[in-house]
This record gives sequence, structure tokens and C-alpha cells, in this order.
Amino acid sequence: MTPQLSWYLALSAVLFTIGVVGVMIKRNVISMFMCIELMLNAVNLTFVAFSSFFRDVSGQLFVFIVMTVAAAEAAVGLGIIIAIFRNRESLDVDEASVLKL
Amino acid sequence: MEDLKQVVFSLIGILVAFFVVMTMVAYTVLAERRVLGFIQGRLGPNRVGPGGFLQPLADLLKFIFKEDIVPDKSTRFVYFLAPTIATTAALMTIVVYPFGPEIHLPVLGTIHLVIARFDVALLYVLGVTSVGVYGIALAGWSSNNKYSLMGGLRSSAQMISYELALGLAVVGVILQSGTLDLYSIVEQQAGHLGISGWNLFWVQPLGFLIYLIAAIAETNRVPFDLPEAETELVAGFHTEYSAMKFALFFLAEYVNMFTVSMLATTLFLGGWNGPFVHELPWLGVFYFFGKVILFLFLYIWLRGTLPRFRFDQLMSFGWKFLVPLAIINIVLTATLQWSPLFDYVSKFLKTSVGWLG
Amino acid sequence: MAVGCAISMVAQRNPLYSAISLIGVFISLACLYVTLSAPFIAAVQVIVYAGAIMVLVVFVIMLLNVEQAERQPRRLRSLVPIAVGLAAVLFAEAVFIIFFVQASPSTPTRNISNVGLTSSIGAGLFTSYLLPFEITSILLLMAIVGAMTLARRGGLLPPANDAVARGSSPTVREGAGKT
Repeated sequence: MTPQLSWYLALSAVLFTIGVVGVMIKRNVISMFMCIELMLNAVNLTFVAFSSFFRDVSGQLFVFIVMTVAAAEAAVGLGIIIAIFRNRESLDVDEASVLKL
Repeated sequence: MEDLKQVVFSLIGILVAFFVVMTMVAYTVLAERRVLGFIQGRLGPNRVGPGGFLQPLADLLKFIFKEDIVPDKSTRFVYFLAPTIATTAALMTIVVYPFGPEIHLPVLGTIHLVIARFDVALLYVLGVTSVGVYGIALAGWSSNNKYSLMGGLRSSAQMISYELALGLAVVGVILQSGTLDLYSIVEQQAGHLGISGWNLFWVQPLGFLIYLIAAIAETNRVPFDLPEAETELVAGFHTEYSAMKFALFFLAEYVNMFTVSMLATTLFLGGWNGPFVHELPWLGVFYFFGKVILFLFLYIWLRGTLPRFRFDQLMSFGWKFLVPLAIINIVLTATLQWSPLFDYVSKFLKTSVGWLG
Repeated sequence: MAVGCAISMVAQRNPLYSAISLIGVFISLACLYVTLSAPFIAAVQVIVYAGAIMVLVVFVIMLLNVEQAERQPRRLRSLVPIAVGLAAVLFAEAVFIIFFVQASPSTPTRNISNVGLTSSIGAGLFTSYLLPFEITSILLLMAIVGAMTLARRGGLLPPANDAVARGSSPTVREGAGKT
């Protein structure tokens, strides 16, 4: 049977919640970052699914822009992570919860 | 029935292409050793079989029977995964190259000599070569050897930097052809006698040069092969690999070389175009492989002649020289598309007069 | 397979394995995009996400030499049953949607739509979505400047005082040597 729209939406919801759970569980800041990327991708999947089923190209355009924003955020975010690592020598967010070094 | 026919054709096409590519790669290794020998004033390996013809077979046997060493503290999953990724990514790109024009087979109808024809073929090639970087980075990491790690990281950094220049050099061709489909790009390069329409001659000589340099850097060949040279960093990221896995890396490098040569012929040298190719379609396949062999010879020639770049020289060359040059190329191409003189000369060069083929 | 890779990513303790699982998620999503007749987005996903962003993440993992996280102290152990219950609710919802919800505006025959073709994306990008496109390019420029600033070893601002500068950054030392 051909995949229905609701299947793609269900998959996207499941991926998104896995990402949220990952962000809450993980202590390593790089792992948290990767879970955020997973959430962004789940949203991308929703957009592309809608754009395909409604035959509207603006969904895919928005996905393109979201990907670009995610790439920019990845670059800056990793720069911040490296800077934090240089100062604290540890990548644990629980230890970094206080602002003093 | 139509679908089944297509699936069977694709499978046969994949098998044929795989075997042809593997054989050509094996003989490229032999050719490299012999040609390098001639450049350096000596004969290459010529003992096994007439003129060294069976040397690849001997090498294959050696690789199969060599002892497979796994370093003790390496992460095993990644250690096994890395050569797999490298080889798979290298081989996946041969699916989209057009080997020849339409062939009319007597029973089975007309087939295009390309395994998969889809709309974003060029982007697919760029994407798969991006994924190939992982093989090297993971190999460097999982060997648990700081020299391997440095070699792997340097090599990956070099590859992603020159990927950018590669992509930008290709954009000029896309601007001119108006499509990302490799088959259409080749079709548009048919000119008088099958030669004058090549993208190399019209509009894109700078693009071709940039592409060539970026491709050599992308496949980690001389003069850009610092991360894996034998005298530096103890052979770089594949120090700790032996036997079959090293053979896979070696294979992946040569298949990569083959792949970028095929992309260069498709985009710049007219693919299967050549004199009289529309009367005898099978001639197109010979033209295609002839051009690819030309590129491979160029690679080997450069290896025998040029010294290596130092790593920081390499990176600054890529970012500070090639990328701005590629952007200038794009701007030039886009500007030239506006002028009517350009259109006139394009039409003259690219559309073929009937009797000239 | 996307869900399997995602769960593996969250469950792995070694961040390098998480990164590899995430690459698996991206590639499976790219395949899904192809089945949704969005080949351009699929190719861009592989090039940008799996090919570039994850390479950056893998570099950072390797350079910072991140090891496995030690087992964290089980502080919130009382919440585990609630978590399992909510996960079961999510699973039940997904199953319900897959098997019982019928409303879908897709046409009965899946004819190949030409929505995802590169030409239509390009046409839309340069006509009605031109402003987001330009703003995105400015955003990328900001990201480049930001990443380079964060990665400098001499601190965030170039020091204004020469006596301080002589000790810190090598370029200033070069300049001082020339005078």
C-alpha cells in the first residue's frame, strides 16, 4: 500500500521525541548538539512530506532555508563548544551549569 | 513488464560497470607503476606475464593471503567500517555516468547507456564524494595511533576544502547547460564533428583547470598527497591497515581517481561525443573510455613530475586561491550568458550540421 | 531504519558511535525524501548534513578526544516508570496513526509530480522567496565571521595596547619586528 501522509507525520513525531529525550538525557554537549540536529531533521521531514502531498513547492523551499540555518548554527555552535572546552577542560554540561570557570 | 525490463537492465548495467571499472582500476595500478618507471628511467614490473600483464592478479593474491592484523586497542566496529565506507562511496558514483549514446538493440529496444538517469545526478555525485571523507577520518581515528589520526584529519580537511572548489568549478558548467542531469549535459556537447561543442573549448577553460586541480587534491594524489605519502607521517591514515582492508583503501583511492576522471570527461570533454558517433553508437563508448584513460595518464604523469605541497601551503592554496578563482569563473560565465555574441558563437559551436555527424 | 538509527544514537555512550548513527539517520531521511519526489532536497541533505555538518562534528570529537561518558549517578530513578509509560503512549499513538487514520489528501494514483524538480525550486527561490534567500546569505556571512572569531587563539578582540600585544599574538609580533 502506498505510504499515507499520516505515516510520514508519525515518523517525524517519533524522531522528534527521540531527539528531545536525547537532549534531556545526555551529559556530553556534543551529543546534545547532535540530538538538536535530529530534531531539526524531523521537522524537515514534516515539511517535505506536506510539500509532496499538497503539491506545493514552498515546503521544500523552506526546508532548504532550514538546512542552511542549521549549517550556520552548526558552525557557530561547534566553535562555542571548542571555546568552552578550552576554558573548562571538560565537556560535561552538568559541570558547566554555573557561570564561573 | 516495463518495470521489470528496467530493473533487469539496471542490474546488468551495474554488474557490467562494476567489472569494467574494477578491471580498469587494476590495470591502472599496473600502468602507473610502469609509466612511473619510464618517467624515472627504469622499467616497471614486467616479469609476471607478458609485459607485466598479470601483475594485478599477483597483487590480488598477495593481498588475499596476507595476514590480517588488527591493532589491539582500536575500536573494532569503526576499524572495520572505515574501508567499507571509503570503497562504497567511491563505487557508488559510477552509476550515473553516461557511457554512450542511445543504442538500438535488435530485440530489446532502445537503451540509453547509463545505469540511472535522474534529475539531480550531478548533485548526487558531489554528495557521495562528501560521504567518502568519512572513510578516511574514521580510519585515522580508529587506528589508535596518533600519526594515523593526524594523517586522517589532515586528509579529511584537505578533502572537504577542495570539495568546495570542485563544486564551484562545476557550477560554471551547470550555468551553461541549464541542467544537472549528466546525460543531458553530454548531449548538449555534441558539435561539429563531435568535438567543437565540448565544454572545455567554449566558455570553460578556466573552469576545467580549477576542476582538474581540485580533483587531484580531492583524490589525495600528488602534488597534494602529503597525508598519505610514504615518507611523511609513516603512510598516514592507513598505517595500521594490512591485507584486505588496505587493499580496499588502495582500491578506493584508484576508483576515486577513475570517478573524477569520468566526471571531468562528462562535464568538460564531451563524454561520449566524437567524430561519427551518431552513425556508430558503440564508438561513443570507446571515445568515453579513451578520454578517461587520457586523464588517468595525466594523473600518473603529474605524479612522476611534481613535488609535493606542504600542508599549510596546500590549504591556503585551496581556500585563498582556488575558491576565489572559482567564484570569478562563475561570475564571468553568468555575465557572458547575457551577451548575444555569446549565444551566436555557442549555437555555431554546439549544434551539429547533419552531414558532419 | 531511521528510528533504529535515532534510538541507537541516543542510547550510545560513546559520542563517536552517536555521530555514526546520526549519519545513518540522515542518509535514511535522504532516501525518504527521494520517495517523496524531492530529489533536490535529498541530494542537498546528503551534501550539507551528512557530508559537511557531521564531518565538522566528527572532527570536533576527534580533536577534543571525547571519550565515553561514565555512568551517571541515578538521581531520578523514580521517574523511570513515568518515562516508560509516556514512551508506550507515543508508540501507541504512532501505531494508531499508521493503522487507523485514513484521511490523506493524496491522489489515489501516485503519479510523478514535478514539484521537487530543481527548476521549480530554483524558480520559487528566486521569485517569491527572494527575501529569505538574501537574508540567509547574510546569516551565513555572520556565521562565518562568528566561527572565525570564536576560533582565534588570541582572544576575542585584538588588544589595543602595544605593550600587551607584543606578548600574545604572533601577527602583531611580526608587525612589531618589521618596524
